[in-house]
Amino acid sequence: MAENLLTATGLEVIYGGRRGVKVLHGVDIAIRRGETVGIVGESGSGKTTLGRALLRLVDVSAGSIHFDGREITHLPEAEMRPLRRRIQMIFQDPMASLNPRHTIRRILVEPLLLHGLAKNAAEAEARVAKILERVTLPAACLDRNPHELSGGQRQRIGIARAALLEPDFVLADEIVSGLDVSTQAQVLKLLKGLSVDLGLAMAFISHDLSVIRAVCDRVYVLRFGKVEEEGACAEVFANPKSDYTRILLDAIPLPEINPGWLDPKTGIEDAA
Amino acid sequence: MTASLLSISGLSAVSDREGGMPILRDVSLSLERGEVRGLVGESGAGKSTIAKALLGILPRTVRVTGGTVQFEGRDLLTMPARELRDIMGAQISLIPQDPQTALNPGRRIEAQLTDGLRLRRGLSSREAHARALKLLEEVQIRDPQRVLHAFPHELSGGMRQRVLIAAAFALEPKLVVADEPTTALDVTVQKQILRLIRDMQKVHGTAVIFVTHDLGVVAQICDSVTLLYAGKVIEAGATADVLQNPKHAYTKALMAAGPRYDRPDAGLEPVPQAVFEQLRAEIGIR
Amino acid sequence: MADVALTPPAVRRSGLSKNLRAMLREPKVLVGGGFILLLLLVAIFAPWLAPKDPLEQDLMLGNLPPAGYPGTEPGYWLGTDDLGRDVLSRVIYGTRIALTVAFVAAGLAALFGTVLGLIAGFYGGWADKVISRLVDIWMAFPPVLLSILLVAVLGSGIHSVIAAIVIIDWTRFCRVVRAETQAQAKMDYVVAARTIGFPRLHILIREILPNVAPVLIALVSLEMGIAVIVEAILSFVGLSVSSDTPTWGGMIAQGRQIIYQGWWVLVAPLVVLFATVLAFNQLGDGLRRALDPVMRR
Repeated sequence: MAENLLTATGLEVIYGGRRGVKVLHGVDIAIRRGETVGIVGESGSGKTTLGRALLRLVDVSAGSIHFDGREITHLPEAEMRPLRRRIQMIFQDPMASLNPRHTIRRILVEPLLLHGLAKNAAEAEARVAKILERVTLPAACLDRNPHELSGGQRQRIGIARAALLEPDFVLADEIVSGLDVSTQAQVLKLLKGLSVDLGLAMAFISHDLSVIRAVCDRVYVLRFGKVEEEGACAEVFANPKSDYTRILLDAIPLPEINPGWLDPKTGIEDAA
Repeated sequence: MTASLLSISGLSAVSDREGGMPILRDVSLSLERGEVRGLVGESGAGKSTIAKALLGILPRTVRVTGGTVQFEGRDLLTMPARELRDIMGAQISLIPQDPQTALNPGRRIEAQLTDGLRLRRGLSSREAHARALKLLEEVQIRDPQRVLHAFPHELSGGMRQRVLIAAAFALEPKLVVADEPTTALDVTVQKQILRLIRDMQKVHGTAVIFVTHDLGVVAQICDSVTLLYAGKVIEAGATADVLQNPKHAYTKALMAAGPRYDRPDAGLEPVPQAVFEQLRAEIGIR
Repeated sequence: MADVALTPPAVRRSGLSKNLRAMLREPKVLVGGGFILLLLLVAIFAPWLAPKDPLEQDLMLGNLPPAGYPGTEPGYWLGTDDLGRDVLSRVIYGTRIALTVAFVAAGLAALFGTVLGLIAGFYGGWADKVISRLVDIWMAFPPVLLSILLVAVLGSGIHSVIAAIVIIDWTRFCRVVRAETQAQAKMDYVVAARTIGFPRLHILIREILPNVAPVLIALVSLEMGIAVIVEAILSFVGLSVSSDTPTWGGMIAQGRQIIYQGWWVLVAPLVVLFATVLAFNQLGDGLRRALDPVMRR
């Protein structure tokens, strides 16, 4: 089995100072090289906070985070910066995550120059052209601003930006929740292809277990800031051990006629 | 012959904001009393425009260019504004998409829930209060007294949606338009809300237009379904027929594109370009 | 939907010319900006445009009414004041002081306010606490009184007027820029810039500032209007430039005293002052709309 790339143990996050609200209550998570891990939960489960804590975007009040064998829990921002290239993120709302004042060209070229992945603008442009082809976008979009693209196109720019830096780990936070089904499948397929090609490890945050099933190898089910269940997708989806996981699965409406699906099952939902 | 409760025929509309682009193309559908019809499609399909036309709240930039919307035999599109006002809210009501913004944050639930009862039904505030209590009980709110006195921000999203459902059914309408009422909710809450809408609809014999993008939701709550693309009806029929024997390639592709937790390989098959080309040819875009 | 299809405007254009085109499509920018541009030309070419010397007195020609009224003298289009000075020429020369104060004072106030606002809004913590308290305290002083006090201390003159406006009005910029910076800093594109590894100063200047700019530019334009008014007020109470330099405020003060003999001495500068402030406000509003990349679609 491949070694762990990113691990967190006993992770706690408190929002709003010392007396604030505790959002994560001691979460343990491990992501191996090349593996796609799903993080699923309903609103208030702490899944987004967990993702941001792993990327050192929010401060951790207890626990530790290791990336590639190195502790990064309290690494100062300046020392974090060289590592940033290897840890990338794709956002839920591609419109908000792309600077509305910048052209797509600038959004994609600047990071390459920052990290020295391209020696000059021409070299950066060549790499950008290649990745655009990979995410099936025309070169003409380089001169556009983000709002001039469709939602699916913007999300592919978000993916291209993350992939360009040749990271080891990518956090994808609810990246398809705003997209139509046909666009969603396109984005998921693209992401899955890239993760295989680049040997990426990925944490895939979603509220949608069906989406998790489509792209993940393993899954963590979060509830109220704790891990409720964890395991290989095949196992968790076929034989959920936790009642909560079972309720979550049962609540997903499938596009097939299932009389009685809406009828109350004895008691278990009220427990949720 | 008994007329349908609602019958839309040949409805066409254009958007003036997008240079007169058609957003509804010759849409026809009918709805019987007590029927639940799903209006499904991806963004830009026109499902929300139809819902807005039913409620008489089309934005100024949308211009109806043809067709009729007959409600109990009378055309809503040509009806005088006064008569339309009498129908809206009382005979046709809305369950909105976003429970966060649909309630006035500065007024207590009681005030918002009893507006219609007092103004439209002429109930005294005491009668309205009693009726509101009953309505909240009916939508399975455990502590209706407390909720009546609460402000919207004191309630969870699911609770707010229950309040909005109570408000939609308050005046015993004949038609409820549910505009993506569960999109903003968690799946476990969604299931409870779907069940509630179905129960309320059964008890009151109300017809429902259920706007959604989720074929799974359609399968569980709708008797019939109309699938739209770019403002055109692509496929329509009884839910079981459409889902089990989809006739149009687009319907089939859409079913295949959706991920399913019970099938690890589903959800990675985008709708093929050929299908979009076929759609465009059929509709006559470009 | 279609994979590779992009929406029509496929012509390549740089960001700058995009903004310029958007601005030229906005009627408020055209009208307001056009008027300001006209004033600017008038100020620059005042010696050539003014029909008379604005300081030349001729007591024989005192209180002449504007052209079209009985008892006028040819060449004095807007009449003369009680000292026989040509009103039109004085209004024309008055634009020089008005616009100098407008541009320099608003520019400097914007500069100070923006730098402090960016720092407070982006870095937060103690920097924000210090700057915000400073603004709170500053704003507790009544502005007109403060400016009169300042000019009294610094002595009259255009430099003092500008200093007074900057010292009072930088808070206006600081507050707005701080709030806008805070709002922008919460956006995902800023988080994205962090995950890419950009240094904080880069994020502040190159990512956030361009998004704060539209609000800032609109505010600068509004502030220019305010500066014109403040200068007029200070001239009105005689605390601006020396009385031998024609200013709109000075003319209004003078016109007030002789309103029964020559109302035009009051009305002419008042109308121009009103139009100028309105033009600055319209320009500001138009720029804000035109520079918003999402709104302008």
